[in-house]
Amino acid sequence: MAYILKGETGDWEVVIGLEVHAQVVSNAKLFSGAPTTFGAEPNSQVSFIDAGMPGMLPVINEHCVAQAVKTGLGLKAKINKCSVFARKNYFYADLPQGYQISQYDQPIVGEGAIVLDMPDGSTRAIGVERLHLEQDAGKSIHDMHPQKTFIDLNRAGVGLMEIVSKPDLRSPEEAGLYLKKLRSILRYLGTCDGNMEEGSMRCDANVSVRPVGSNELRTRCEIKNVNSVRFVMMAIEHEARRHIEVYDAGGTINQETRLYDANRDETRSMRSKEMAHDYRYFPDPDLLPLVLDDAFIAKLKSELPELPDDKKNRFVKDYGLTAYDADVLVSERENAQFFETVAKGRDAKIAANWVISNLFGVLNKQGKAIAESPVSADDLGALLDLLADNTLSSRMAKEVFEIMVDTGKAPGAIVEERGMKQVTDTGAIEAAVDKIMAENPDKVAEIRAGKDKLIGWFTGQAMKATQGKANPAMLAELLKKKLAP
Amino acid sequence: MSLDKATVRRIATLARIEVPEADLEPLAGELSGILGWIEQLQEVDTSAVAPMTGGTDVKLPWRADVANDGGMAEAVTANAPDAQGAFFTVPKVVE
Amino acid sequence: MTLTSLTIAEARDQLRAKKISAVELTEAHLAEMTKQKALNAFVTETPDIARARAKEADAALAKGDAPALTGIPLGIKDLFCTEGVLTTASSHILDGFKPRYESTVTAKLKAAGSVMLGKLNLDEFAMGSSTTTSYYGPTINPWKAKGSGADLVPGGSSGGSAAAVAGGLAMGATGTDTGGSIRQPAAFAGIVGVKPTYGRCSRWGVVAFASSLDQPGPMTRTVRDSAIMLQAMCGHDPKDSTSSKLAVPDFEKALSRGVKGLKIGIPKEYRPDGLNAEVAALWDQGIAWLKDAGATPVDVSLPHTKYALPTYYIVAPAEASSNLARYDGVRFGLRVAGQSLDEMYSKTRAAGFGPEVRRRILIGTYVLSAGYYDAYYLKAQKVRALIARDFEQAFTQCDALLTPTAPTPAFAIGAKFDDPVAMYLNDVFTVPASLAGIPGSSVPAGLTSTGLPLGLQVLTKRWDEETMFAVSQTLEDAAAFKRLV
Ligand SMILES: [Mg+2]
Ligand SMILES: [Zn+2]
Repeated sequence: MAYILKGETGDWEVVIGLEVHAQVVSNAKLFSGAPTTFGAEPNSQVSFIDAGMPGMLPVINEHCVAQAVKTGLGLKAKINKCSVFARKNYFYADLPQGYQISQYDQPIVGEGAIVLDMPDGSTRAIGVERLHLEQDAGKSIHDMHPQKTFIDLNRAGVGLMEIVSKPDLRSPEEAGLYLKKLRSILRYLGTCDGNMEEGSMRCDANVSVRPVGSNELRTRCEIKNVNSVRFVMMAIEHEARRHIEVYDAGGTINQETRLYDANRDETRSMRSKEMAHDYRYFPDPDLLPLVLDDAFIAKLKSELPELPDDKKNRFVKDYGLTAYDADVLVSERENAQFFETVAKGRDAKIAANWVISNLFGVLNKQGKAIAESPVSADDLGALLDLLADNTLSSRMAKEVFEIMVDTGKAPGAIVEERGMKQVTDTGAIEAAVDKIMAENPDKVAEIRAGKDKLIGWFTGQAMKATQGKANPAMLAELLKKKLAP
Repeated sequence: MSLDKATVRRIATLARIEVPEADLEPLAGELSGILGWIEQLQEVDTSAVAPMTGGTDVKLPWRADVANDGGMAEAVTANAPDAQGAFFTVPKVVE
Repeated sequence: MTLTSLTIAEARDQLRAKKISAVELTEAHLAEMTKQKALNAFVTETPDIARARAKEADAALAKGDAPALTGIPLGIKDLFCTEGVLTTASSHILDGFKPRYESTVTAKLKAAGSVMLGKLNLDEFAMGSSTTTSYYGPTINPWKAKGSGADLVPGGSSGGSAAAVAGGLAMGATGTDTGGSIRQPAAFAGIVGVKPTYGRCSRWGVVAFASSLDQPGPMTRTVRDSAIMLQAMCGHDPKDSTSSKLAVPDFEKALSRGVKGLKIGIPKEYRPDGLNAEVAALWDQGIAWLKDAGATPVDVSLPHTKYALPTYYIVAPAEASSNLARYDGVRFGLRVAGQSLDEMYSKTRAAGFGPEVRRRILIGTYVLSAGYYDAYYLKAQKVRALIARDFEQAFTQCDALLTPTAPTPAFAIGAKFDDPVAMYLNDVFTVPASLAGIPGSSVPAGLTSTGLPLGLQVLTKRWDEETMFAVSQTLEDAAAFKRLV
């Protein structure tokens, strides 16, 4: 359903492009041997190169190159066999060299696409304009001194992939789906950990609006560094409404960089970026063009894991899952792996149902990732086996599952310990039913006279008598036979 | 090519070099002289020429992804005019 | 024969023969430095380091385990970062800067056993041809014109190196050459200067001026000494992405090759109307010497020669404007207080850089700025390709080129250069080779009628320093130039 914002002068649609900075997973920085670990002591992960000391020179980290190419392949994008590092010149306190080594007109990765899985089960492809490699900046800390900003260069020089979408997104929801999907792909590939809180994935949103039905691209504003998917969506919505208000009042939007304030749910102009930018890009003379050979690309291609889209299609096709369920399962590689372990040799739909409804429910509540799941995939599988061979009814299985969550014990052991075996012995169930019928002749008469609703009462009594262990199907069959008029 | 005062002021701001107002005019003259002399390059036909970007024909070397540097905050900040603990400092930046 | 007038080769032999000691050799030079302090060749003298290294040298010599330059007292251009020793680039902006690292070239010279006497003066950030733009005052050329007491410039930017070597203050010195900064001062001071192929010597730890042009090299009193010193300075450095992995030939061995059968190109564009008659005459003499030694002069053309200087004055300032952005008062050197970050930057850089450096930064900023990049920087890089191609074509017809090194002999300190362009013309014969990245030497070959030295330049193709040394040695033998010391 199209996302349309009502304004005083008519209906508007929003046009969004996202620039994501994804920190490359690597041991060392893009152009130096300093480590990249998060949260270290100030300036402890800084080489003389990162500090922009006189005479220091960059040498590229081969793994960062491989990670960028891998990501490009994962985005089904064009890999540019020759790319160029350029200097982006500007002065800032956290930019020690006075320039950022980035890529400008010749990035390492060209056009690609990200497929969004819409809630209605349909898909929508969003264009990726480019991916380039560049250095991260350091960190400015404003609250440690009344007159001074403190600078920590630990992050300066860490490798980033800047992934730029085309202005194809049309709603905050699509922007959210795009980010989640991109994050999922990056995590599958192992090229970025996608942690937005720690800043290893950061998003700038370019937002403009236009009257519904128009194809124009109006002036856009860039909202910088929004640090969660939810905030990105809120910032976009807020910014779009701001534009509409301005247009409705007959005003114009200035192209500018804005900052989103999540506490106030508003964006405001960034003073520090107000001065006209002129980055004076030119090829970095300390580095030569980055040339990739076919064998290098082919090797990375051969090592690519199955990516979420392919996995999803396979789950639908091979396991007969709904697109929605498949989608939920594949968003994290570890989740999909868990599901496949559970589903192996079992009914996949039942397995999917248990993983999604029961296990994910518990994990969500406990705020845990699948790796910390209190129930292992093998144990969950074993539980499903007990269900399948009628040892447990589904109600009993849920009970056992809860005990598994609490104790971490295997389902067989729990069933054994607590004598939770389902009664499938016809004689035992029959004896119980006969006893109830004998004690309640009036009710027997009533039901035989046509008061069908009483069947529920008999089922309840029989379950009670067997401590809930009677096989529900067998019990129903028996009652039907014995209580027949 | 001649530069006016406003352009000199703009590039001086970009380059973060304070130029007193009184110096802008003479500087504009000097820079215009150099640029005027450089202008002769325009007469060279370069329509079929690829730019030479570096000084060399060597192939870009790649480094292994090994963390073997850093761990020396003291050395990194030793020359800083106003280090505070392990931090560099600058006049307060207001965002 | 005094200790300070020995050549490196002679001293090497006498040290090994235990005829002299490294300590007495060093003391002799330290004394000479004091005696000729008025030359202002050194920014920083390091007698303690010199004496300590001389002692170590004698110990190594005693053990018979002495690499090539053991005990040889050298001066280091103050553009090379030296660990724990003030490194200024002759700029106010590097006030107090003591690097915690050692440049690759000086580390190699140290490893080869040499003795560092101190840090030599230069034009601020190597920008100049006269060593008059140094924050630490001009260096004076030890040569004087006949019958005149006027102080002359030693050329630049490696003017401190040239003066120290010519005056007997150091047996050799490091220089760096971006557009002629080794060759031109060598010619002005009557010594030998060698700019190797770009990529032969590591730039790591050398304060950058123009990265695609900067190249360290030796400055000595003889061709043999340059071969010995270059051998110790060069070689692959994994820390410099533009450093060559090619094996380093034995330069000293190449000296005896002679020029028999070689074709020596004489580029007609280096003989413009109005070329100084004495310079032209010496050039003809050089051609005659090589012919006498068995070489064949051939006329060649380098048609884009006249565009080399304007090309250089786009490329070098553009790269410099970016390379010098790191001098911002934050991590090292001078800081001038300011209310805001930008004010601190602007005041620091205005106070820290001298007029010539400021001028070049502004030109470089302008030619890279939006709207001008194509017309200036890109255009210059294309013309640069044509200049390189001129040399390639010339070297299909000859093995080496012979030209004058500079259009004039040394001029007086304070000579008026109202127009900066007039000063730039000093480099007219050296800049083309810098742009092409080819090796070149300057060999002192004669004196003007007023008794000032003139140099001849030998250029060869990339990586062919051997031919350059062979031709240079032949010229030196024929010229029998009478050195100051
Ligand atoms: Mg961007
Ligand atoms: Zn970026």
